[in-house]
Amino acid sequence: MRNSIKTYRFIIKPRSKSDPRSRGYLSDAHALGLTGVKEIECSDLYFVRGELSEGDMKSLADRLLHDPVTHQVEADILEDMSADSREVMKVIPGIIEVALRPGVTDPAAEQIVRAAGMIGVKGISAACTGLRFFVKGENVNESLLRQLAERLFSNAVIQRYALGTIMPSFTEATEANGAVEHIHLRGLDPAGLLAVSADRRAALSLEEMQAIQAYCDREQRDLTDIEFEMLAQTWSEHCVHKTFKSKVIVEQDDENTHTFPMEYNHLFNQTIRAATRNINACWVLSSFKENAGIVEFDGKNEISFKVETHNHPSAIEPFGGANTGIGGVIRDVIGVSAKPIASTDILCFGPQDLHLEDLPEGVLHPRRIASGVVAGIEDYGNKMGIPTVNGSVWYDPGFVANPLVFCGSIGIAPKGSNPHGIQPGDHIILLGGRTGRDGLRGATFSSMTMDAQTGEVSGASVQIGAPIVEKGLVDVIVPARDRGLYHAITDCGAGGLSSAVGEMASECGGDIQLADVPLKYPGLVPWEIWLSEAQERMVVAVPDKNLAELKNLCDLYDVSLTDIGTFNQSGRIRVFFGSNLVLDLDNEFLHNGLPQRQYRAHVRAPEFEPGWQNEDSQVLDIDYSTTLLKLLAHPNIKSKEHIIRVYDHEVQGGTVVKPLSGVMHDGPSDGSVIKPAGCDGKQAFVLSNGLNPEYGKQAPYEMTQLVMDEAIRNAVACGADPTRIAVLDNFCWGDPTRPEVMGDLVQSAQACYDTALHYETPFISGKDSFNNEYLGSDGNRHSIPPTLVISALGWMPDWEQALTMDLKKPGDLLYLVGDFQPGFGGSHFNLIHPESPVEEGIPVCSPGNPAVYRAFYTAVSKRLAAACHDLSEGGLAVAAAEMCMGGRLGLQIDLGDDTDPLRCLFGETSGCLLVEVSPDSQSEFENVMQTNPFRQIGIVHSSPELVINHCKENLLTVGISDLLLAWKEGVIGGQTA
Amino acid sequence: MKPKALILFASGTNRDHDVSDALELAGAETTIYPVKYLRESNVDWSAYQMLIIPGGFSYADALGAGRLFALDLTAYFTGQVQNFLAAGKPVIGICNGFQALVKSGILPEMRMAGERQKATLTFNQSNHFECRWVTLKPVSQKCLWTQGLTALIDCPVAHGEGNFQVSDPGYAETLFQQDQVALLYTYPDGALADGKYPMNPNGSIRDIAGICNQQGNVLGLMPHPENNIFPYQTPDRANRPDHFGLPLFINGVRYASQS
Repeated sequence: MRNSIKTYRFIIKPRSKSDPRSRGYLSDAHALGLTGVKEIECSDLYFVRGELSEGDMKSLADRLLHDPVTHQVEADILEDMSADSREVMKVIPGIIEVALRPGVTDPAAEQIVRAAGMIGVKGISAACTGLRFFVKGENVNESLLRQLAERLFSNAVIQRYALGTIMPSFTEATEANGAVEHIHLRGLDPAGLLAVSADRRAALSLEEMQAIQAYCDREQRDLTDIEFEMLAQTWSEHCVHKTFKSKVIVEQDDENTHTFPMEYNHLFNQTIRAATRNINACWVLSSFKENAGIVEFDGKNEISFKVETHNHPSAIEPFGGANTGIGGVIRDVIGVSAKPIASTDILCFGPQDLHLEDLPEGVLHPRRIASGVVAGIEDYGNKMGIPTVNGSVWYDPGFVANPLVFCGSIGIAPKGSNPHGIQPGDHIILLGGRTGRDGLRGATFSSMTMDAQTGEVSGASVQIGAPIVEKGLVDVIVPARDRGLYHAITDCGAGGLSSAVGEMASECGGDIQLADVPLKYPGLVPWEIWLSEAQERMVVAVPDKNLAELKNLCDLYDVSLTDIGTFNQSGRIRVFFGSNLVLDLDNEFLHNGLPQRQYRAHVRAPEFEPGWQNEDSQVLDIDYSTTLLKLLAHPNIKSKEHIIRVYDHEVQGGTVVKPLSGVMHDGPSDGSVIKPAGCDGKQAFVLSNGLNPEYGKQAPYEMTQLVMDEAIRNAVACGADPTRIAVLDNFCWGDPTRPEVMGDLVQSAQACYDTALHYETPFISGKDSFNNEYLGSDGNRHSIPPTLVISALGWMPDWEQALTMDLKKPGDLLYLVGDFQPGFGGSHFNLIHPESPVEEGIPVCSPGNPAVYRAFYTAVSKRLAAACHDLSEGGLAVAAAEMCMGGRLGLQIDLGDDTDPLRCLFGETSGCLLVEVSPDSQSEFENVMQTNPFRQIGIVHSSPELVINHCKENLLTVGISDLLLAWKEGVIGGQTA
Repeated sequence: MKPKALILFASGTNRDHDVSDALELAGAETTIYPVKYLRESNVDWSAYQMLIIPGGFSYADALGAGRLFALDLTAYFTGQVQNFLAAGKPVIGICNGFQALVKSGILPEMRMAGERQKATLTFNQSNHFECRWVTLKPVSQKCLWTQGLTALIDCPVAHGEGNFQVSDPGYAETLFQQDQVALLYTYPDGALADGKYPMNPNGSIRDIAGICNQQGNVLGLMPHPENNIFPYQTPDRANRPDHFGLPLFINGVRYASQS
């Protein structure tokens, strides 16, 4: 009987018709084409369960839930509902109400219960939140309301909606249940083994299943479900990178420019890791060993950097996916005992103007994905108090069903302060949030299945993060590290406790008690607790003598601490649920028993040889000014200010070069420069990146060279020392069992090795994401373009040498520095002329680039450059236009007379920078650069226009205001592009 | 002797170190205490000469920015806060701290239980969080933090709920008449923003960026002058070198050390 417990509802309505949130929803509705909607009123819903007096209700409404200046409040009691009819209570015309599905994190819920107690309202047992929309307009019928609800107001992955009054669902923490199944593998034939793998969505191959079967034979027993799940997780692509560690047999087309080894015994060790080993830079303190790569900073401190992807979750629940993506990578940095001090994000989306009829079934519209992802990053980064300072956004039809979300985190710690010495007897301590079914077996578990399974609770496969909980982990870990309270630390990421504790216990052993793990809701069985990917949790190894002190620290910062076991020297990992031993695995088999995979790679020759130039380009009849404006309005080049500004890029007070530069703070910086708070010296680090899926479609080897060059060039353009840049690789690729996909990977990995050695730029960390493919309703597989993101971490001895890209002073000289080899293959010129692209190879990366960067750096350290901007998408004309816009100053450029002007203006090249130099520094600058390609091409002037001449003939003259209109608003000649 | 500044920290506070740096540079000695620690220990607030409520997302902004931090102030520390106010000691709330001061009824003026709230900080007109550099003109001579400041202050805003609004339009005028308007959003040359975005970044009525109480010792402001105290922080270091946020903190510290 649910007798006297009642559910109270508070509706908090905006007083003003110009309520910003309501107006935001209205404009989103119009953007979806639902123009019949004339008004939307968005209200907050709060539900509390318990027993309240009228006075209590008034107290809650007046003192907690509404702001009398901006809100009005209505309160009522919802009639009790039986558990099986919690859908709609009653339909109210024009009303849509949205609530979270059971089990989805509701950060406000706990706060309401806590705060109610503070104002003396004691009778509350649970609370939750929702939203209410009142829609007015023409033909507001059920079909329109459902469109709004499903396309705009809610996402079925985490929310429910009702046309009318919604009944909330409450979650309460209770105990787990200890049910364990046994999995019979002994005696199964290959088909039987594969069936088990498929049945449990383990994604293990036959060889891997046979290895597990042999283990069962050796131990003469069946595995429990939790043992099997732990093996599947430990041996998963995500956790051990089987593809990169595989043996690869290479076959290649004859007409290839490059030759590759016939065979790689271990692709990763022979390419990316080998590069770092061979370069052997003394300032690299840790690479590919820990959660993040680590480099030396100022003699006292070390900087750590990690970039992760969170693609699939972001495709199905953009806010939560990106939210937990950034949350996860921040934990990687906390996991090397560092304080997070900056974030990066690189995003790849489908075209924002995609027609609804072109949207594959079951796929969210790219606009919605983009706005959700950006909001998710904003929410997490801002609330953590970490500046989000660097990123890129790339739009391509290949990312419609598979958006890519690369989240990076940078941390700082005193050198060598991250401990690595687990001692037998150390307590296994779980810090942070509660455990639910979050992310179990990735996204394959739909919430519907969960509902059917539990009858009570659905744990969404994608979660909303709780950044304040993670902030608490930082608040605690930093002082705990400084006081030496723990012996080792790991984050709970993919694979949850299984991965974190399993990894920590891999060199010793450990006994774990699962019954003590705090849960979000009832009904989890042991394997679910062990594998759950619930966010905001860390595991630390704590000696007995420090436990009380750590507990005190955690109490102070409201961080939950649970003792879940002990490390020992058994060489085995044992997991108990109460008195039942549910898992008992040998470390040697668990961590080293995985058979190496073998793949076939087919290296294809590109359609057009890289560097090959098509002579026909000269005959094209193109209006130069219009082309420049169209390029500036292209989504990949256009201003990203609307995204950048919703991220706090100033918190912690260390951002020297901001993501936006120039007199009006709106020019596109090449990278960001950070001088971390609390460091006495003048040293600063630089963050930048490179990616180019357009090149990836054509020639993965050259693409890789070009994006590494771009990442390094961007850092150099900000003033970084080119001999002290570290890079991170993030591969997002298709299905590696397809030889062409693997062939693209081999090319890219080999190019990583070759390029890293050539630039003497080591890799310090990386991550890969495969199977970014989607089966469309047309029955075809849609694969993303091979996408490699290179993130660069540069360094400079003195922040005062940092450069920005905006023009500084009339009369200054403009130099084109680097081996200028503009080409149209994969260019944005071709993207804006889809009907008549100049078909040729993508650019080749000039071997002279490292020497150019070193010479330029000499000029930088002598303070000879006033501004610098790299040539990238859109070529020379776009880079020059951006410098003009940044400084609100004009440029007069003369291309000389020996060139193809169209190619010079809009072709894309590796290795080139535009550099502003004061006439006072002219001779010294030229002297420093002399053995490298450079030429003076222009002069800065105060009249606000970009003028480009060729052979004394004017090619284009465009006012800065027109440049700005195209670049910021997408408006060309009064028309929206 | 250096004046001692007590910096309050709630779960989700994140510009505590930023403001601590500014105060130390201005000559104060700072201590950051979690609210929970203050509740459980016997910290004597009277040993401190300044009270600081920093920026951040206390309690994840649940139930509205600053509301639950405000509840901490009123539920746990009424006596200590009252003593601080009554003694006329400098108090400053920045961003989330400003929101907490308004929602707890300390700004614009002390509100008694049951009395109607006259002002609030609500969602930006743009309906989104925004981080950008703005220019502030210090105006109040009553406010001990801004009195005598002549130079404009450049500093970033970083908030989603910084739109200062009043329940009765006449009340904004009252605040001006009582010299409680401490800081205004302006163009870079000091001309009033006049509601124009982005100089006035959030739609605040009459360009109000910060206000003080009637006594002049409590300042609340949305922008972050604590993020422009070192030359490497301002993006305009080449063109506008003399618009630091530090003088505001020096004012507060000087006042604290004199009294």
